Amino acid sequence: MDLNFTPEEIAFRDEVRNFLRAKLPPEISHKVHGGKRLEKEDFVRWQKILHAKGWGAASWPANHGGTGWTAVQQHIFDEECADAGAPMQLPFGLRMVAPVIMAFGNAMQQARFLPRIVDGTDWWCQGYSEPGSGSDLASLKTRAVRNGDHYVVNGQKTWNTLGQYADWIFCLVRTSSEGRQQEGISFLLIDMKTPGITVRPIIMMDGEHEINEVWFEDVRVPVENLIGEENKGWTYAKFLLGHERTGIAGVGRSKRELKKLKAIARRESSAGRPLIEDQRFRDRIAQVELELMALEITNLRVISAEGEKKRAPGPEASILKIKGSEIQQLLTELQMQALGHYALPYLHESLDPDWSGDPAMPAYEDDAGPLSGHYFNVRKTTIYGGSNEIQKNIISQMILGL
Amino acid sequence: MNFDYTEEQIALQDTLRRFYARDYGFEHRRAMTKSADGFDRGAWATFAEFGILALPFPEDFGGLNGTAIDTMLVMEMLGRGLALEPYLPSVVLCGGLIRDAGSAAQKEALLPAVAGGELMLAFAHFEAGGRYALDQVATKATPGGGGWKLDGAKAVVLAAPSAGKFIVSAREGLGLSLFLVDAGAPGLSLRSYPTQDGARAADLRLDGVQVGAEALIGPAGGALPLIERAVDYANAALCAEAVGIMAALNEVTLEYLKTRKQFGVPIGKFQALQHRMADMVIATEQARSMATLAAVRADSDDAAERSRSIAAAKAYVLQSARLVGQQAVQLHGGMGVTDELNVGHYFKRLTMIGLSFGDVDYHLGRFSDTLLAA
Repeated sequence: MDLNFTPEEIAFRDEVRNFLRAKLPPEISHKVHGGKRLEKEDFVRWQKILHAKGWGAASWPANHGGTGWTAVQQHIFDEECADAGAPMQLPFGLRMVAPVIMAFGNAMQQARFLPRIVDGTDWWCQGYSEPGSGSDLASLKTRAVRNGDHYVVNGQKTWNTLGQYADWIFCLVRTSSEGRQQEGISFLLIDMKTPGITVRPIIMMDGEHEINEVWFEDVRVPVENLIGEENKGWTYAKFLLGHERTGIAGVGRSKRELKKLKAIARRESSAGRPLIEDQRFRDRIAQVELELMALEITNLRVISAEGEKKRAPGPEASILKIKGSEIQQLLTELQMQALGHYALPYLHESLDPDWSGDPAMPAYEDDAGPLSGHYFNVRKTTIYGGSNEIQKNIISQMILGL
Repeated sequence: MNFDYTEEQIALQDTLRRFYARDYGFEHRRAMTKSADGFDRGAWATFAEFGILALPFPEDFGGLNGTAIDTMLVMEMLGRGLALEPYLPSVVLCGGLIRDAGSAAQKEALLPAVAGGELMLAFAHFEAGGRYALDQVATKATPGGGGWKLDGAKAVVLAAPSAGKFIVSAREGLGLSLFLVDAGAPGLSLRSYPTQDGARAADLRLDGVQVGAEALIGPAGGALPLIERAVDYANAALCAEAVGIMAALNEVTLEYLKTRKQFGVPIGKFQALQHRMADMVIATEQARSMATLAAVRADSDDAAERSRSIAAAKAYVLQSARLVGQQAVQLHGGMGVTDELNVGHYFKRLTMIGLSFGDVDYHLGRFSDTLLAA
């Protein structure tokens, strides 16, 4: 039992740090640290920089173009990237569809899709939820009917993140209504340029366009884009969700946001003293830091156990999802609360990268603008990826056998 | 970085698990709580055979050179077994103090005797008015008679009735000093009582207790850092004990959810109860992570880092313990509030851990105040 990094791990951390110092564009990290809006170009540019170094897919095995890193190396990489203000690598290609293609796709699909994910060519999005199928995902109704060497897809997907930029969408579709509803689902890869696909924005509480509805009207998908076997999609879907949850703990990002919270609490004042000297507020920061310290170690325990067993993430990942999402919410809530009066103004332009305060509002710091919006935005974290209530169902059924 | 126990550690864990399953059942423990000693002297002798009484001591003094991780592992098993034996005060706390601060002669005289099970020690430090603050000592040490005369009162000294010797803190001028005091010393009196968790403790009075120069442990007037270190060590151990209890409570509660039927089904089929149980499991896993952090940092020579981590761990573990303990009772319904199931006994021990060597507020405050340093 040893919580310290080995000399090799420390050398690796230094290598990552040096790389970030040299290669992470300051105009991107400025946006991340300031909570500004990230554009598609920012995500793609960073993915291409990582790929050029051979670090495009930290969690993939080397034979598929990944780094082949240990769990601890991946953790170090995540943490250093977050601390330096690198954009999060979007999970839809790297952490969601790619593991499914590796595990269940055929050689042709692997050769066609995986290199274009890791090098940043293809932007993937998710077609899981439907208006009538949220937590009860297996009740989904989007139909795919086999017609010669194509499927014809009709239906509607929702809660699609950043699909307005996507080249590809992975979809759960109904190919049979026989038997249990889980038994009639298939996993299809669909080119977003196919005629019949319509993307409609859903504007979220923070005023941002992050989420979409996607409509399918007689969309013709070649059968070669079916993953695995027809009607076995539910197995692949659950496998994907397990992978989604591990990345979701977000320890590195939360450590960065905790640092930011402390900086704000030192800067803001309360009754003429720095806010951090207010014991009630300081204790709230301390409490969320305790939660994060515990989560960091639990996360390491889970990923190192998985690394040894060489298996897909198990139901323990649900613990990480629940705690990680709660902590992200607490941190944004405290950042907002720390602003006091200046949590109220809604200056949407403050999300623009070149916005640096308003001379008519000198007390309004240039990073204050996004904070309340972040609080409203991250209410999503306890809902997405399987709501936290669904995670507790998973724990009680899969771990505890209730 | 790795989270594995060594083969030796796993073997020790198995030994203790078997001991509690075979020789230290619920009825046996209940009988022991009502005995004169309030614990099982036979079990103590067995602990000596297992070597756990020697675990944290150096080899030169009959010890096994164990780390704080070893202590964590033992404490977790003692928690599971709901041990009444004074392992924490005698071996971890006082034994640890002698190991870290005692003279060669003191180590020679005390550690082999503790390791062999012949001698038990108790830590007479806290006082009624000082609550958990470690520097609040009113007991006075007055030089004289070739040593010191001690006057004062000590509150709720754990395992005092069975102690052969006490480590007593006292103020001399501006500083604190530690003294070794025989249980039979003239002027020392005990008011003994059982504690809520079935163990034993006492309030001590010291009326002109004379000790010699050889009784001083560590530097005169410079004992506070030693006390801080020893109490940190004890708190790391208590975190592990609490985790052992929480794991045991989760097991018995889960079993109850699967077997107790109402409305024609096992009550574990009800989602409200499933989610409560999931919360208990999450709290326990998170607490285990923090107890691990505490154990790893307990051996650290960086006092600030050690204190900060252990304060964090204790504050966190106690919050988890409160949730798990209270909900284990709640999920057992009426049976949970009786004396007849081990649930209530686990809950009482867990609750008393929450009030020993600093409560949640005390430790959260300690951790929180470190945020003031930029």
